[in-house]
Amino acid sequence: MSELNFTPLEMMTIAASRTLAVDDVCFVGIGLPSAAANLARLSHAENIKLIYESGTLDTQPDVLPLSIGDGELSSTALSVVSIPEMFRYWLQGRKIRTGFLGAAQIDRYANINTTVIGSYETPKVRLPGAGGAPLIATHCQRVLITLRHSKRAFVDKLDFITSVGFYEGGNSREALGLSGQGPAMVITDLGILEPDTVSRELVLTHLHPGVMVEQVVNATGWPLKVAAELKTTPAPTVEELQVLRELNARTEAAYAAR
Amino acid sequence: MTIIVTLKEAVSRYVKPGMTVALEGFTHLIPNAAGLEIIRQGVGDLTLIRMTPDLIYDQMIGMGCANKLIFSWGGNPGVGSLHRFRDAYENANPRALAIEEHDHAAMANAYAAGAAGLPLAIFDGYRGTSYPEHNSNIRSIACPFSGKKLSAVPALRPDVGIIHAQRADRFGNIWLDGIQGVQKEVVLASEHTIVTVEEIVDRVSEREGGTVIPNWVINAVCEVPSGAFPSYASGYYERHNSFYIQWDKISRDYRKFRSWMRHFVLETKDFAEYMDKLREENHV
Repeated sequence: MSELNFTPLEMMTIAASRTLAVDDVCFVGIGLPSAAANLARLSHAENIKLIYESGTLDTQPDVLPLSIGDGELSSTALSVVSIPEMFRYWLQGRKIRTGFLGAAQIDRYANINTTVIGSYETPKVRLPGAGGAPLIATHCQRVLITLRHSKRAFVDKLDFITSVGFYEGGNSREALGLSGQGPAMVITDLGILEPDTVSRELVLTHLHPGVMVEQVVNATGWPLKVAAELKTTPAPTVEELQVLRELNARTEAAYAAR
Repeated sequence: MTIIVTLKEAVSRYVKPGMTVALEGFTHLIPNAAGLEIIRQGVGDLTLIRMTPDLIYDQMIGMGCANKLIFSWGGNPGVGSLHRFRDAYENANPRALAIEEHDHAAMANAYAAGAAGLPLAIFDGYRGTSYPEHNSNIRSIACPFSGKKLSAVPALRPDVGIIHAQRADRFGNIWLDGIQGVQKEVVLASEHTIVTVEEIVDRVSEREGGTVIPNWVINAVCEVPSGAFPSYASGYYERHNSFYIQWDKISRDYRKFRSWMRHFVLETKDFAEYMDKLREENHV
């Protein structure tokens, strides 16, 4: 059998899509989470309900949206609600099982920063800010996070906590009184990290095919813990790659035509 | 009574220096024409409010209209940073810009509280985040029944709320359809309201879907076709994605930005002429 060719980005998207349950109800961030969530919907999870913060409930876009409020999302949605309804009834009211977020930076307790790098008043990099992420991270039953693995992204200390993961570790999240269970998995282009059940520190549990442990350790800004039984992520299947590539091609063609 | 007037008249009547102004639109129906008219009229010292400031606030900030921004996500969606916003915040160019930063939940609740005539919004968020350290308007409150600690933010009550809708009737009732963001709340929270519309028709109704906002909460309606460009108006035109990409290049350098704004905005008399010029010079 010949080896499939796939890119690290494809592996990350596919690995992330597999973490969604067949009947998930998922609040989707734009970018990487959106690609993974739609891949899930078009492959193993055809009954998944996707929700975007512009108010679209159970949306089934044919192409990936460029922004959270694209017409493609509202015209293919079961229902479109106002922003206050989305945040008050659906998110704060805990009607959404999974929150799927991207991040600019993450720490060992899966807290994330999308606000500012450097000082708040005189930033090194001013990022867009919170959007809906803090409330998603607070109230969804579980949170999935996907981002590329690098020392700039996986940092020892965040300059700003935009959205809370396991806060200071241990039971500190529970002590804050946040309703959701917190991050379940962090999916990167190198592997998968999961929180330790007691310390809640992220532990490398899966390596993507062809990736070495040292690569991941070197791309992490804190001494990364590695699971005793480190697994290898199954390589993308022919079908997964085909669906993802078709989705990307369809998306590119749609925007090129406009 | 709702007046049906030109955008120029509506802005000069209601938008004054020093006011707090919200131009809302969540990706869809962004009132770009109204923002450009505020720039043309040189209204300054504004506190601008918007959940998702994008190109039009980048333009207003870069032209010196604002000294404060209240927001919860600032960027060029799918493209990157707002260069004029960053230059104003980080380098005080062309003038200093104070910020009051929130998340979407806080702002959505604050608009709803403003619409409901309450002084504050209460919600279950922000705990453990760094926001309260940098924004003194984020405080906490104990539930008088359960004792549960909740977050509180002041209600948003803009002096002027501005939105774009698909249609109005000749009495100034407005109709919008598709993603509606916080538009209804902004209209109901604001002291005065201006609504630009794609077209004025004989009658608007919710029978074919959509939402009608009655005219007695709307001060001025202005017919401005394509007035949400480069965002979209469902049923009328799509989002002009390439303009958002072009804007990244136009706005990166301050001098280039100023000359672009002079040429296309300050030297055109209204939005129709601006759109014509963009078409003539192959921007759209």
